[in-house]
Amino acid sequence: MKFVLKKIAGLIIALLIVSILAFLAFEVIPGDPARSILGTEATESKVQALREEMGLNRPLPQRYGQWVKDFVTGDMGTSYSYQVPVKEMIGDKLPVTAAMTVMAFLFILLFSIPVSLLSVRYANKFVDKLFLILNQITMSIPPFFIGIIFTVLFGLIFKLFTPGGYVSYTESVGGFLGYLVLPSIAIALPKAAMTTKMLRNSLLDEMHKDYMRTAMSRGNSPWRMLVRHAFRNGILPVITFLGMAIADVIANSIVIEQVFGIPGLGRTLISSISKRDYPVVEAVIVLIAVIILVINVIVDLLYRKLDKRIEI
Amino acid sequence: MNVEKQRIKKRKMGKTGYNFTFGLVLTVIMIGLIVLGFFWTPYDTEAMQGSIKLNAPSLAHIFGTDQFGRDVFSRVLAGAGSTFLVAAGTILIGGGIGIIVGSVTGYFGGWLDETLMRINDAVAAFPSVLLALVIITVWGTGKYKVMLALGVAFIPSFARIVRGEFMRCREADYVTSAKLIGVSTPRILFVHILPNILPALLSALTIGFNNAVLAEAGMSYLGIGVQPPDASLGRMLSESQTYLAGGPWCAVFPGLFLVLIVLGAGMLGEGILDRFGGGRS
Repeated sequence: MKFVLKKIAGLIIALLIVSILAFLAFEVIPGDPARSILGTEATESKVQALREEMGLNRPLPQRYGQWVKDFVTGDMGTSYSYQVPVKEMIGDKLPVTAAMTVMAFLFILLFSIPVSLLSVRYANKFVDKLFLILNQITMSIPPFFIGIIFTVLFGLIFKLFTPGGYVSYTESVGGFLGYLVLPSIAIALPKAAMTTKMLRNSLLDEMHKDYMRTAMSRGNSPWRMLVRHAFRNGILPVITFLGMAIADVIANSIVIEQVFGIPGLGRTLISSISKRDYPVVEAVIVLIAVIILVINVIVDLLYRKLDKRIEI
Repeated sequence: MNVEKQRIKKRKMGKTGYNFTFGLVLTVIMIGLIVLGFFWTPYDTEAMQGSIKLNAPSLAHIFGTDQFGRDVFSRVLAGAGSTFLVAAGTILIGGGIGIIVGSVTGYFGGWLDETLMRINDAVAAFPSVLLALVIITVWGTGKYKVMLALGVAFIPSFARIVRGEFMRCREADYVTSAKLIGVSTPRILFVHILPNILPALLSALTIGFNNAVLAEAGMSYLGIGVQPPDASLGRMLSESQTYLAGGPWCAVFPGLFLVLIVLGAGMLGEGILDRFGGGRS
C-alpha cells in the first residue's frame, strides 16, 4: 500500500512538472494570442478587451491555475484556426489513435513472445540465428517506411486494401479495425524486434538457473520448462521495457496516420503545428503526456503484482 | 545442463565479433558515401529533365529518376547528408549537455541531483519526438532548428545514462586516490572518470544517433523537419508516396539508405558494448 501511495505521489509530481513545462513552453511564444485571433487590423482597445476576457492580464501563477482547472474539467480552450472548442476537435480522434495504439501493442506481444520462445528453445540452431539476423534488420526500419512498403506490397501489388480508403468507426467497426491492421503492424514490427531481443536474452539467463535443473530432473519437457517455468520469470524485466515502449508506439502512430491517411490525433497535431494553432497543440501534447505517465505507473504497479519477490 | 550453460555463454560471447565488425564496416561505407555526397554527386540534385520522368533504375541513373526527372541517387546522397548533419548535431548538443548534467549530478548527488532527476523523469516520460515537436511549434522549422529541438529533447536520456555510470564510478579506488593527491574536481570528472565510462557512453551515443536519424526522417516526412531546398530522406519518402505505383524506386532507395545507416550504427553500438564491456553485464 505504501508503494502504491508513493507511486501515485510520484505521478502527481510528474504531472505537475509536465503541465508547468507545457504551460511555460506556450507562454514564451512571441506574439499576442488576442492579437492573432483578431488580426492585425483590430484596434488596440479591442485587443485589450479580449485580453481581459481571456484572462491574459492576470499574473502567471493564477493563469496556470486556471488553465489546469479548465483542463481537468474538460475545457481545453478554443482552436485559433477553426474557432471551435479543442475538446470537440480531438474528441472523435482520440478513439482512433487509442485503437491503433492498443492494436500495435497487441501485435508487439503476438510477434515477440512466440519468436523469442522459439529462439530460446532452439538456441544456437538455425532458427535462432535466422531470427537474430531478421531481428537486427527489422529493428532498423523506421515504421513509416514499413508503412510505405506495405502500401506498395499489399495495396498496389496484391490489392488487399485500398490505400487511403479509411473507414470510420461510426460507419463500420469491422472495416475500421480491418483498415488499422496494417498500420498497427507497421508500428509494431521494430518494437517487436527489440522486445524479442530483450526477451530472448532474459529467457536464456533464466534457462541456466538452478531451478531449471530441478524442473528438468522432475521430468518436465523442454517446452514445458520454457513456457511454465522460465517464461514467468523471464518476462518480468521485459515488462518495464514494454511500459516505456508505449510512448514510442504513440509517437510512431502520429507518423503512421499520415502514411495511411488515418484521421487520428496525430494528423490533428501535425496540421495544428503547421498552422501554429497553439491551443490544439498544447491540448494534444498534454493529453498524450498524461496518458503515457498514467500507463507507466500502471505498469510499475502491475510489475509489483506479478513479481512476488519484490514484496518480501 | 552444464554443457548447455557453457554453450549458451559461448553463444552470447560468439556474436560479439560479427556485430562489431559488420557494424563498423557498414558505418564506414555509409559515412564514406555521405561524405562523398558533400563534394560530388553524379548529377545536379535539382536538375530537372522532363524527358526522363520516373525512369526505372538503369546504368545512367542507378537509383532511377523521380517525377521531375531528377537523379534519385544524387538526391539520396544529398538527403542522407542533411540527415547525417542533423543527427550528428543532435548528439553533439544532447550528448554534450547530457554529459555535463549527468556527470555533475551523478558525482555529487544530493538535492540538486534529486531535483534534476525528477524533472528528467517527467521529461523522459515524453517521447522525445513529441518534445521536439513542441519546440518546433515554438521555434519554427528548418535544418538547424530541428537539430536544436532534437538535441534538447535528447538531453534527458543521455543525462540519465551518464549519471548512472558516474554514480557507479564515484566510489572507485582510483577516484579516492585522485582526490587524496589533490586532483581538482573537474579533472577527476572529465580526465579520470570519463574515459572509464567510454564504452557505455559510445554505445549510448550510437543509439542516440540512430534515434536522431529516425526522428529527423519522421519529422521531415511529416513536413515539419528539414525544409526545401535542403534535401532530406524523410521528405523524399513523403514526396514519393504520390508516385508509388509509377516509381516505387523513389521510395525504396531513400528508405533503404535510411535502414542501412541505422543498421550499421546500431550494430556498431552493440559491438562496442560487447567487445569493450559497459556498465551492464
